[in-house]
Amino acid sequence: MTHSMILAGSAASNTEVATFWVLAVVAVAAALGMIVTRRAVHCAVLLAVVMLILAAMYAMQGAPFLAFVQVIVYTGAVLMLFLFVMMIVGITATDSIIETIRGQRLFAGLAGIAMLVLLILVVGHATIGPAAASGPRNSSLNVNGLATLVFTTYVFPFEVTSALLITAALGAMVLAHRERTSPRPTQRMLSTRRIASGHPTPLPGPGTYAQHNAVDMPALLPDGKQSRLSVSSVLAGPMTVGGPAIAAGPEPGGGAQAAGEEQEEEQ
Amino acid sequence: MISPANYVALAAILFVIGGVGVLVRRNALVVFMCIELMLNAVNLAFIAFARLHGDLNGQVIAFFVMVVAAAEVVVGLAILTSIFRARKSASVDDANLLKY
Repeated sequence: MTHSMILAGSAASNTEVATFWVLAVVAVAAALGMIVTRRAVHCAVLLAVVMLILAAMYAMQGAPFLAFVQVIVYTGAVLMLFLFVMMIVGITATDSIIETIRGQRLFAGLAGIAMLVLLILVVGHATIGPAAASGPRNSSLNVNGLATLVFTTYVFPFEVTSALLITAALGAMVLAHRERTSPRPTQRMLSTRRIASGHPTPLPGPGTYAQHNAVDMPALLPDGKQSRLSVSSVLAGPMTVGGPAIAAGPEPGGGAQAAGEEQEEEQ
Repeated sequence: MISPANYVALAAILFVIGGVGVLVRRNALVVFMCIELMLNAVNLAFIAFARLHGDLNGQVIAFFVMVVAAAEVVVGLAILTSIFRARKSASVDDANLLKY
């Protein structure tokens, strides 16, 4: 190893120190936000932050392959799966504040603090020396070394993993499959239902350029009032407080108030 | 150079936060996400130890943990959607039929 390479190494280690502390603080803050925010979507976004930071930390520790796998598999696949299921379950799903077991949060927090103290004491007592000089930190050999290990020492767990993946895919298909219990509605039935609903025309589009260039702005009617039919109730938000005059529509439950939109922007 | 002990300590903190989230939150989706956070924290510890020892075994184990976690998420979310279809709720408190 030449002198210049050693110098570059020390500069890189200083960068690693700074990067570690910045990323660690952000990761812990995002993880704490995960258990504090009430909306599941915010939780998913904060989890994405933590996962990307962990990917950066894998790369810093000489695991470039796992860093990319982390980004592709976790942030790309697993988190998108979470978001898809969130769309099925309801994007506005929020946790209730009511405790079903009295004092559960208090005791959970106490147990967490106790476990944190225990783990930090263990880590502090263990003599975790400095990192080994060579080995997996050589990134050009990382993928080759991993491939050698996976296909020699760990070849049997690797094969079992393939069986696990096939079983999981089959299980997910069986669990998520739903038999149609009612006959498929024909076009005639659909049109009859539409006429009977009292609103045969398509719903009005959102008034995207009415006041802002956001899709959650309600369209303005010719008399200047807002049409509550023009915004999805999900986008309009659950809060329906005050606001300017709203043109009543036959559709129940559609709330597209300006107050609700301001709250959406604040979040 | 940052000591691997720092990474292990960070992993411990993230693991505890995930565990508290599993205990505190009621939404099954959020509980799943907190479990993912715990698995990720353990992966960070594995990779820190792999660097500490200078060999790749820890990284291979972390790789397997990722695969198993992906499979777990797929099956868990499928169960969650089927429960949601039946009960119209994603709260872990509402799925209690196996209790009695």
